[in-house]
Amino acid sequence: MCRLSAITSGEYISPMENVLSLETMKEGHDGSGMGLILKDLGGEFESYKKYPILSGICSKSGMKELDNFMSAAGFKSVHSWHPKIKPVTGVKLRDCYFANVYDYPDEFQDKSITVKETLLLDTRLKLRSIGQEDESIIVFSFYPDILTLKEVGDPLQLSEFFGLDTSLLKAKIILAQGRQNTNYAINLYACHPFFIQGYGSMTNGENRAFMPIRDYLTSRGFPGYICYNSDSEGFTHILHYTNKVLGYPLKYYKDVITPLKKEEIEGRPDKDFVMYMKMCLRFLCIDGPNCVIGFTPDGSCFMVQDAKKLRPGVVGGVPGKYALVSEQCGLNSAISERDPSTDIYPMRYDMVIVSPQAKEVRVWNQLQGWTKTMN
Amino acid sequence: MEPAARLDQNHELTLKDFPYIIRWRDDRCKRCGRCTAVCPMLSIYPSVKAKRTVGSFGPVPNPKVERSVETVVKQSTNIANYCTGCATCSLVCPNEAIEPEFNPAHKFLTHKNTGGHPYTRGGRRNDPLVSTLDRLKFTRISMLTDPALDAGRHEFRIRTYLGRILPPDELPIIAADDDRLAMDKNSTKFIPPVREIYPVMIGSMSVGALSPTMWEGLAMGITYLNEVEKMPVVMCSGEGGMPLRLLKSRFIKYFIPQIASGYFGWDEIIRAIPHMVEDPCAIEIKYGQGAKPGDGGLLMAHKVLKLISEIRGVPTGVDLPSPPTHQTKYSIEEAVAKMIQSMYMAWGFRVPVYPKISGSKTAKAVLNNLVRNPFAAALSIDGEDGGTGAAYNVSMDKMGHPIASNIRDCYLDLVKAGKQNEIPLIAAGGVGKKGNLAANAAALIMLGASAVSIGKYMMQGAAGCLGDENNRCNVCNLGRCPRGITTQDPKLYRRLDSEKVAERVVEIYKSLDVELKKIFAPLGRSTELPIGMSDAISADDPAIAKRLDISYVC
Ligand code: SF4
Ligand code: SF4
Repeated sequence: MCRLSAITSGEYISPMENVLSLETMKEGHDGSGMGLILKDLGGEFESYKKYPILSGICSKSGMKELDNFMSAAGFKSVHSWHPKIKPVTGVKLRDCYFANVYDYPDEFQDKSITVKETLLLDTRLKLRSIGQEDESIIVFSFYPDILTLKEVGDPLQLSEFFGLDTSLLKAKIILAQGRQNTNYAINLYACHPFFIQGYGSMTNGENRAFMPIRDYLTSRGFPGYICYNSDSEGFTHILHYTNKVLGYPLKYYKDVITPLKKEEIEGRPDKDFVMYMKMCLRFLCIDGPNCVIGFTPDGSCFMVQDAKKLRPGVVGGVPGKYALVSEQCGLNSAISERDPSTDIYPMRYDMVIVSPQAKEVRVWNQLQGWTKTMN
Repeated sequence: MEPAARLDQNHELTLKDFPYIIRWRDDRCKRCGRCTAVCPMLSIYPSVKAKRTVGSFGPVPNPKVERSVETVVKQSTNIANYCTGCATCSLVCPNEAIEPEFNPAHKFLTHKNTGGHPYTRGGRRNDPLVSTLDRLKFTRISMLTDPALDAGRHEFRIRTYLGRILPPDELPIIAADDDRLAMDKNSTKFIPPVREIYPVMIGSMSVGALSPTMWEGLAMGITYLNEVEKMPVVMCSGEGGMPLRLLKSRFIKYFIPQIASGYFGWDEIIRAIPHMVEDPCAIEIKYGQGAKPGDGGLLMAHKVLKLISEIRGVPTGVDLPSPPTHQTKYSIEEAVAKMIQSMYMAWGFRVPVYPKISGSKTAKAVLNNLVRNPFAAALSIDGEDGGTGAAYNVSMDKMGHPIASNIRDCYLDLVKAGKQNEIPLIAAGGVGKKGNLAANAAALIMLGASAVSIGKYMMQGAAGCLGDENNRCNVCNLGRCPRGITTQDPKLYRRLDSEKVAERVVEIYKSLDVELKKIFAPLGRSTELPIGMSDAISADDPAIAKRLDISYVC
């Protein structure tokens, strides 16, 4: 089972905190890969908040092709970051790891954020398809204030490889996943966490309802819902679809992926809507076993389990810094100064939501509404 | 010259030409006459034979001849009285002295056309081979990283929806407060009615085709399942109306009245509407039937007795053929749209209305049409292995489309259009043909059906119907059903105890539910029906796998 570690904080933190937390949970991942998404970036990225960042990996020729493509598309390079690679045994070195900051093409400067988001998504998908066959271009995200790093290997070794231990790279929200690989051929696009237009999430377990979910998402007519190298990428897209496309408040994500029974909905104050929503979105019901941890564009972070709670998960911390992790030892490592008795173990009906800047934690229960606040 | 035929029986059929040959054992028979009395076809009859015995007694050869006359049971070689193999004679024989034996080398179809009348019968398609549905298996078994569920311990929600479902972006919603949404009560958007039902329903078999005891047994079973077992199983009436008492009862919500091209029974239904205390589950408009595509319903005169004539509003003793299509309209698209709308109007737009068609290469075109009709609540497709009360043998055996690829094509078409959750597909025809009800139903669901409909399985399971794909029995059209299932003759239908039928309906559904859980648990699915989860099934034949777009395993 993959191990998950997300930390959200009012202050900038280093991804090493996540890596070390993954390390304590090492029993559960086999070092077959690590993915990191950093949101709300500090350090050298702090001054570039409004510019989109393209994160990825290229071969030498791929990098050239990418540069040409980006300049032809009108994007102007503003800043470029490369991790200080320190080769370690067990990690296969690729040519170029990068996070490039761009300014929008002139004709998009005054466009709305929606238009800009569409442009960024289109551009990422085009780059992806150009480099897909020979893996000369791999791009994980292209969005303001988001940086993604992924590679095959053991998380601790990878942190050394990427020089995270000495780097000044910091962020306020960091999602990290240590993979337990179930496929032999590891494709970096199959590596969690996944990102789309401001939404990120990672999951452990399998998505057993993958096929119906994939067919439903791909047939929504939204260009970003494609590929699905991992069956869990669907969870990120469901989040995007319900929260952004349909405009449902975040808590309804839980109702979509783990719908209540008809009799249970009867007791809800919003029962008419929930009943209909359950029917409309029945193809998006997940069937576990999963723990999903993610964030939304406003900086809220959340954790939910499948309806049978077949995967563990715990949220804990202190005001201003909370961690959402798959094992308690990971939480001890991430925030040792907390009072463990206040830790929240979300149950099958619960969704834990940590507000932006890690100010407070609230638990929303599908049957009882908001049940608990920690601040 | 006078032909010799008259003398040597040359134009008579031999027993070897018949599909079933009666094996009668002289040594066991006690001449009670029960078999000959019960035979629905009058295929066997009591007869006498002269017997000459030559014997010699004593030490010296002294042959003596004895002549005797003995009673025997004989099988008729008259084609009209062919033995159907029903084995009712064996059932009533106290001494196991008689049984029919299937004769694979028979020439029945060659001869069953006397008077220029092609062979007509009831029952099912005579194809004893393994169907496509039985060649599918469930191969995505949860192991290790995604544990299988416990069929006995976990909660399984085996439910589906019947009714048109709006796409989420068309739902009229408003923000009730900061983080709560509500349906917009001021919106004029039509929100179609939707029912939550058990995904295996009992398909349309009419009062008329079925005997009163059979129909009543099914209806009681359905009601018990809903009221006591809390399993929302629903049943379609078939053409020909429903008993008035049921129409006016609160149990009507478990039933789907069917309207077909003969409109039989609809005067009574329409008159009952003001007295109804509950809405029916849905209305099915029959455009076709898988067993006999292109034919309308047919109730033969000998089944139109008093009760049926009252329910249908017709005289007794007349053939009741329904036209092959609905005659009142000139353009089928318009007809379907108008008919669906009129039916909605009759119940104040509170009842889902959906058409049923026979499986066909043109099903996708029909579906395409319905998708664009915001009122169409579902599409029921009845494949060639469906059953019927009466049809031409050629229609049953040679016309129609198998359900598996038909449902798959339609589902994949819906997926292409992103409408797979808007218009539920109901699959029927051959579900449980070889007894694998749960497996066939689950396979169809994974191919894309939202629900499946069963008929013959219920007749067999709940009332012991004798029919099979070797043309056993299959005389449902003649009103002589030996089990009392498809007859209006009180002498015959009193054989059938409706309470027992109801009990069996409940038993069948409860065991079906367990088997469905046994299929869904290892696939790890329990919260929603795995509609379209085609990665979970495989075929043992590459051509089937390719056609259905699923994997092949061997
Ligand atoms: S098997 Fe049926 S049809 Fe044949 S002789 Fe016996 S009772 Fe008659
Ligand atoms: S037992 Fe009755 S219903 Fe069954 S095949 Fe024979 S006649 Fe038809």
